[in-house]
Amino acid sequence: MGKYAARRMLQLIPVFFGATLLIFAMVYLIPGDPVRALFGERQVSQETLDAIRDRYNLNDPFLVQYGKYMGVIPDGEEGLSGVFQGDFGEDFRGRAVWDIMKQRFPVTIRLTVVAIIVQSVIGITAGVLAGIRRNSFMDNLVLVSTTAIVAIPLFVMEFGAQLGFGLELGWFPIAGLRQGWFSYVLPSIMLAIISLAYVARLTRTSIVENIRADYVRTAKAKGMSSQRVVGRHVLRNSLIPVVTFIGVDFGALLGGAIVTETIFNLPGVGRAVFEAVNQREGAVVVGIITVLVIIFLLANLLVDLFYGVLDPRIRYE
Amino acid sequence: MSSEPGTQAPQPADTGDVSAGAATGGGELREAGLWKDAWRQLRRNPLFLASSFTIAVFGLMAAFPRLFLWFYPGNSSPRSCSLSNSVGRPSATAWFGFDLQGCDYYTQVVYGAKVSMIVGIATVIVAGSIAVVFGSLAGYYGGNIDTLISRITDIWFGIPLILGAIVFLNAIGERGLFQVTLVLVAFSWMTMLRLMRSATIEKRDADFVDAARALGASTSRIIIKHILPNAIAPVIVYGTIFVGIVISVEATLSFLGVGLQLPAITWGLMINSSFRRILQVPHLLIFPGVFLSIVVLAFIVMGDALRDALDPRLR
Repeated sequence: MGKYAARRMLQLIPVFFGATLLIFAMVYLIPGDPVRALFGERQVSQETLDAIRDRYNLNDPFLVQYGKYMGVIPDGEEGLSGVFQGDFGEDFRGRAVWDIMKQRFPVTIRLTVVAIIVQSVIGITAGVLAGIRRNSFMDNLVLVSTTAIVAIPLFVMEFGAQLGFGLELGWFPIAGLRQGWFSYVLPSIMLAIISLAYVARLTRTSIVENIRADYVRTAKAKGMSSQRVVGRHVLRNSLIPVVTFIGVDFGALLGGAIVTETIFNLPGVGRAVFEAVNQREGAVVVGIITVLVIIFLLANLLVDLFYGVLDPRIRYE
Repeated sequence: MSSEPGTQAPQPADTGDVSAGAATGGGELREAGLWKDAWRQLRRNPLFLASSFTIAVFGLMAAFPRLFLWFYPGNSSPRSCSLSNSVGRPSATAWFGFDLQGCDYYTQVVYGAKVSMIVGIATVIVAGSIAVVFGSLAGYYGGNIDTLISRITDIWFGIPLILGAIVFLNAIGERGLFQVTLVLVAFSWMTMLRLMRSATIEKRDADFVDAARALGASTSRIIIKHILPNAIAPVIVYGTIFVGIVISVEATLSFLGVGLQLPAITWGLMINSSFRRILQVPHLLIFPGVFLSIVVLAFIVMGDALRDALDPRLR
C-alpha cells in the first residue's frame, strides 16, 4: 500500500508539470500585449512599458518565464520565488495572487462541499430506491428525472431555480452571500444537480447488477433481513464506482462553479478566473488553475487509494 | 484503408490466400453478429426511434432552416428586424414573440439550430477519431507508446473542459464555428481515448485476434478489421451522449460571452442577451432553452439506447 501510494505520487509529478505548463502556455502565448492594454488610451513611455514587462518577466523566453513562475529558476535578486516557495506572483495592480485566492477559495470550497454532500446523499438515496425495485414507479421516476436533468443546460436550470425558488416563492436568497451558509444552499444544489443525476444512475445500475450476485442469495438464504442485505452487502459493493465518479467529477464541479458563481453572484474562484481571463490578468488565471489542478489530481489519487478500503479484493502490488 | 484483403495476402503461397480469406470471414461474421443484433434490437426500441427522429428533424433544421419557415406567417428573415417590435409577446403571427432588437424569435430559434448541431457533431467526430486512433495504438502496443499516450492524456485530463475552453477561447480574438469547435476538440478527446484504450486491451488477447495473428494477418489489419469493430462500441455510446454535452457546453460558453460572437445566431447567445430581462420577458429564455434541452435530450436518449443494444451483458 505504502509503495503503491509512493508510486502514484511520483506519477503525479510529470502530470502536474505538464498540466501547469499547458495552462501557462495558453495564458502567456496569447497574442497581444497585456501591459500595453493596461494603460488603455493613455500615453506611456517605452521605458515604463519595458520596466513593467521586466518586472513580470515578460521579456524572458517562454520556458524561462515558466521556470521562474514555478520557482525552479532564480528570478533576479529575489532568488527562487515561485509556486514551490508559496509565491504565486502578483497581478498587474500589484495585489498578491495568493491574497486573492485566500479571499476567493473559501467561497468555492463551501459551495463544492455542500454540492458534494447534496449529490452523494440525494443521488445515492435515489439510486438505491430505484435499483432495489427495478421497473417500479420509483425506478422510472428516477430514470426520467435524471435524464431530464442531464439534458437541460445548467445555466438554464439555474435561471429557472433563481426565478422560481428565489424570486417567485422567496424560499432562498436570489444572489450574493448576505445570509451566510443559507446563501449557499440553492447554488450548491444547482451546482450538484447534474452530478446528482449521474450518481443516481450509476448507483442504480450498480445495485441492479449486484442484487443478482451469489453473495446476496447466500445472505438471504442464511436468513438475513433484506434491509441488512442491502445495507451491508449490496450497497457496499455498489458504491465503489460511485465513489470513483464523485472523485473524478471534482473537476467538472469546479468548472461548473464558474457558471454557478456568475449567475448567483458569488465571489468565488470560478468568477475570479472568469474575470481574470477577461481582464487578461495572466498571473491570477494561472495561479488559480494551478491550485485547482493540484486539488483535482489529489482528489483522484485519494479515490484510487480509497478503493482498497472499500473493496478488499483490490490489492496494490 | 490500405489493408484490402487482396493486397495484404502474402502472394507466394496458396495457403496464405486461403488463411487471409478465412480470417476475413471470421472477422466479418463476428462483426456482423454484434452490430446486426444491436440493429435488430434498436429497430424495435421506441426510445431509439423517437430520439433519431428528433435528431433528424434538428439536422434538417440546421441544414435547411427555410424548410421550417416557408409555412410561417411571421417574418421569416433572421436579419430583418425592426426595433418597434422589441420584446413583443408571442402571437399568432410571431409564434415565439420578438427579441430585444425586434427580430422574429421563431425565425431566430430555427436558425440557431445550425451552430449547435455543427459544433456538437463535428467536435465529437474529430475528437472521437483522435481517440480511436491513439487509443487503439496505446492499447494494442502497450509499453512505451502506451505510457507516452496515457501520460499525455492524464495531463490534458487535469484541465476541466469548461475551464480550459474559457481560457483558450479568450486567447482567440475572432471566434467562429471553426475556432470554437477546435477548442472543444482540444479538451474533449481524453475520455474517449481511455475508453478505446481499455476496450482494445480487453480484445487484444482474445481468441479471435490470436487466430487472425496465427493466420498471418498484418498488425494494421488486426487492429482495423478485428479489434476495432469489437472495441469501438463504448466510444460510440459515449460519443453519442457527448454530442449532447458538447452542445450544452457550446451554449454555456456563448452564454458566458466566450463562445461564438454576434452576429452569429446561437441559442446560447440568445439566452445571454435576454437573461438580464428575464422577469419581464421570460419567453426569450424559454424558447431557446427548450429547443436546446430537446436536442441534448435526444442525443442522451439515443446514447442510452445504443448502450443497451451494444452491451451483450444486458441482453
